[in-house]
Amino acid sequence: MNLQTIIDELELTILTTPQDFTSITPKGGYTSDLLSCVMAGAKSGNIWVTLQAHLNIVAVASMLDVAAVIITEDAQPDSATIAKANDQGVIMLSTPKPSYEICGTLWQMNLR
Amino acid sequence: MDPTRPPTEQEKFGRHRPLTDRDAHEINRVEELSYDLKVREVMAANVITASPDMPMSGVLELLRTNRISGAPVVDGETLVGIISLEDIVRALQKNELSEPVHKYMSTQLVTAHCTDSVVESIKTFTEKGLGRLPVVDEDNKLKGIITKGDITRGILLAVQHDYKEEEVRRYRVSHLFEDIISDRTTLVLRYNIKAGDFTHGGNASSHIKRALLRLGADQKLARRCGIAAYEAEMNLIIHTSKGGILKLEVEPHKITLSTTDDGPGIANIEQVLQPGYSTATDKVREMGFGAGMGLVNIQKCVDKMELDSAPGKGTKLVMRIIVPPETLNSQKG
Repeated sequence: MNLQTIIDELELTILTTPQDFTSITPKGGYTSDLLSCVMAGAKSGNIWVTLQAHLNIVAVASMLDVAAVIITEDAQPDSATIAKANDQGVIMLSTPKPSYEICGTLWQMNLR
Repeated sequence: MDPTRPPTEQEKFGRHRPLTDRDAHEINRVEELSYDLKVREVMAANVITASPDMPMSGVLELLRTNRISGAPVVDGETLVGIISLEDIVRALQKNELSEPVHKYMSTQLVTAHCTDSVVESIKTFTEKGLGRLPVVDEDNKLKGIITKGDITRGILLAVQHDYKEEEVRRYRVSHLFEDIISDRTTLVLRYNIKAGDFTHGGNASSHIKRALLRLGADQKLARRCGIAAYEAEMNLIIHTSKGGILKLEVEPHKITLSTTDDGPGIANIEQVLQPGYSTATDKVREMGFGAGMGLVNIQKCVDKMELDSAPGKGTKLVMRIIVPPETLNSQKG
């Protein structure tokens, strides 16, 4: 399943520069708002679901090579965060839905 | 597809092969290149053309001797039409090979502009199902011709160029340990980390990860060091009074990461090593730090961790990673 399908299915807003999301195939996912837990738990290629929206999530996402970050509950990263994400090739997506619902849907879509 | 040719891996397995990080990176680069590369950089500039007044029999001869299936028609330098084998067949059916080209040429032209990105031409090829496009400038003067093959070749050349540059860079860096002879060669990278500087949090560790990759470390090793460096870097930002220094020392068989700061120091070292123990403020916790897992994560990533601290003096954290043979090996370049 490619990232474009996930974006369409979950009606996600694309925060970073759009690209060909059909060429990205996420492998599994991880959710936590504690950055150290993400550092320890998230794997390369995962989708990371969090309601953190500040600058430091970019460093974590980039270090771990996650496929994309889904920021939940309409938390809004500022322009510096989005610029840094673009710079480091981190894809950031956003949704008004809570993390629980997003993870549930991703699980149902068989992203396990 | 040529039936005598064995199928490629892509044809055999379709797109089912899981995409790796590296693939994804490369696909993105190809996509980027299709925007960067201009039509004029990849097109063929020496085009065989026909003129509107030449007889169809002349076109037949032109196509046959040059082994092509069509040609743009130009009046002077201006593109006025395109003529193909199909048009010749139509003329043949009516026994009109002596009629002029302009009677049979197609004038509904789909063109590419020489300053367009090649991605525009890719779109045109896909949408119109065409095999080649005449390339014109702003005055509709013919400048060249572009085919799908030209685009593929152009992108491949550009990717190869990129790849070579990174290879050369990697090669040079990874030979550091071979080319410089000493009894013990160490590469030391120092980063000054400011207290409370969340804006740049993680920058030093991402530089460390990249440096290790350039030195020939594999993804796994670079990631372990990157995570340990990140946690140590964030500790300096979150917990020190005046920041500190994050240091990476690379030797052929060993990597040492360390941080030093001058306070406030840790009163009870055993306590800070407990998973979940944290002294972070509420403000810092709101940002997702202070899980009390930083040092625990570091311990998981490195082979040996030493923490030395005294209240009022400062803290020194040393992390050692043994490089498995062949992992950071200069021979492999």
